[in-house]
Amino acid sequence: MFELIIFEILGALSSSSRYFHWKLNLYVILLVLIFVVPFYIGYFVVSNIRLLQRQKLLFACMVWFTFMYFFWKLGDPFPILSPKHGILSIEQLISRVGVIGVTLMALLSGFGAVNCPYTYMSYFLRNVTDSDILALERRLLQTMDMIVSKKKRIAMTRRQMYQRGEDQNKQTGFWGMIKSVTSTQTGSENLSLIQQEVDALEELSRQLFLETVDLQATKERIEYSKTFQGKYFNFLGYFFSIYCVWKIFMVKFWSQHISFILVGIIIVTSIRGLLITLTKFFCAISSSKSSNVIVLVLAQIMGMYFVSSVLLMRMSMPLEYRSIVTEVLGELQFNFYHRWFDVIFLVSALSSILFLYLAHKQAPEKHMSL
Amino acid sequence: MASLDRVKVLVLGDSGVGKSSLVHLLCQNQVLGNPSWTIGCSVDVRVEDYKEGTPEEKTFYIELWDVGGSVGNASSIKSTRAVFYNSVNGIILVHDLTNKKSSQNLYRWSLEALNKDSSPTGVIVSNGDYDREQFAENPVPLLLIGTKFDQISETKRNEVLTRTAFLSEDFNAEEINLDCTNPRYLAAGTSNAVKLSRFFDKVIEKRYFTRDPSPMAGFTDRKRFNFKSLHYD
Repeated sequence: MFELIIFEILGALSSSSRYFHWKLNLYVILLVLIFVVPFYIGYFVVSNIRLLQRQKLLFACMVWFTFMYFFWKLGDPFPILSPKHGILSIEQLISRVGVIGVTLMALLSGFGAVNCPYTYMSYFLRNVTDSDILALERRLLQTMDMIVSKKKRIAMTRRQMYQRGEDQNKQTGFWGMIKSVTSTQTGSENLSLIQQEVDALEELSRQLFLETVDLQATKERIEYSKTFQGKYFNFLGYFFSIYCVWKIFMVKFWSQHISFILVGIIIVTSIRGLLITLTKFFCAISSSKSSNVIVLVLAQIMGMYFVSSVLLMRMSMPLEYRSIVTEVLGELQFNFYHRWFDVIFLVSALSSILFLYLAHKQAPEKHMSL
Repeated sequence: MASLDRVKVLVLGDSGVGKSSLVHLLCQNQVLGNPSWTIGCSVDVRVEDYKEGTPEEKTFYIELWDVGGSVGNASSIKSTRAVFYNSVNGIILVHDLTNKKSSQNLYRWSLEALNKDSSPTGVIVSNGDYDREQFAENPVPLLLIGTKFDQISETKRNEVLTRTAFLSEDFNAEEINLDCTNPRYLAAGTSNAVKLSRFFDKVIEKRYFTRDPSPMAGFTDRKRFNFKSLHYD
């Protein structure tokens, strides 16, 4: 679809064939986005839940209908509905997809605008030394040793109880019964106490592990920033941070052409950033069960992203090229989308600034306690 | 006290193959009811009677270190995981029989763990590539366990079993195929249980009774360990 926009600007191919290709592309994408993918997502989610194995298809259809219902309801509060068009016309569908996609884009670009300088600029990198990491690793290993010794105690106690349990069955008489009751009670009380201690220690070991990973990652980032590539990205980071700040506080562009190029670059880098973040996120939560669902969710997100990026590109394209886009997409209220994008962008950027500030503040305090 | 008598066995494998369920089954003889992702490393202890039934019977506590594979593959995570690979006495490699990629990743896992091993007869690895001869003289005993055996249909079973047979040849290790939610596979008397106890015996022998092939030295070794009590406070 981006090729189509570029062709539009360059004036390649004949006008009617361009028009045809636009329409075809849009129909196919919308079809996939709205009908096929949610159905598959519902199907896989339902098949993951063991209870509903029997009527998988039925439940998947139910999930899909719920999705369509919410999708339709989404259109109500926004000024999209227009009495001239039918229910299943392309404008209705695009408008709804556009709303979701634009929200998503604004959220992500707001976050990306703030995160990008934070990640790349060395000003924010905390100073981590090797001895910090070694000390933390030693603490981790000590915690693991404590867990091991406590578990050995539990195993030994349980074994003794089991062996004594066999003897107990042979004990008869009044005194035998009382003795057996008291001894097992203290045994199991001890066990539950030690088990609680073990649980607390295991939680501590997980925290220490994650902190160590964090420190190692920071140390690697510091090393990376000293290399040539790192310096290059650092410079880019400054450049982009200035641009993002400018974009946050100003809404009107002073030159359409330059802004078009810059928006193109931002879209490419934000897609790249989006993919990287999503990959990291999905690697963290993936397992063999849910990988299908994750791939489909990813496809859905990417599809919506693309459709709405077409909508937004129109915002920055010079006036003469907007005609065909307007023609294809029908009478959508474009201004509404632009304003909506800016509002969400602002909200997302401010909240991610707040979030990163808090995270940054919290981290040095944790390390000062070492 | 702890470092002298510990027997440490690593349990390695991709995320989601069933290492935590396996460790729970081996140590508690029960099926794990609510498996969740392992962050970092979780340890459990198995009570093993070495040479059960003979006069040299001794109880050992084998620590099974289940290193979580689900946090990702960034180099920061790898270098943090390396902390757990010190002084390892045995490795259990776990793969998912329904997932071929997990079996292939075992080469990577074993290299990662063995490269970090700091024992004096450590494995010398050339540029990280897999080399079969190294595993033949490997001082650390390996065991290969394939999980989710029940999820393979009858028709595909032969193909899967031949594949795992090749794997176990490559690693010079025994292989066990089971289903971690069914304790029947490891019931006493099954060939799986025999292989398992043979593996643990090998680990214990390598740890305590190696480099003394002569009976005299072995006798003194055993005498020394007979006096040590294996109870911990």
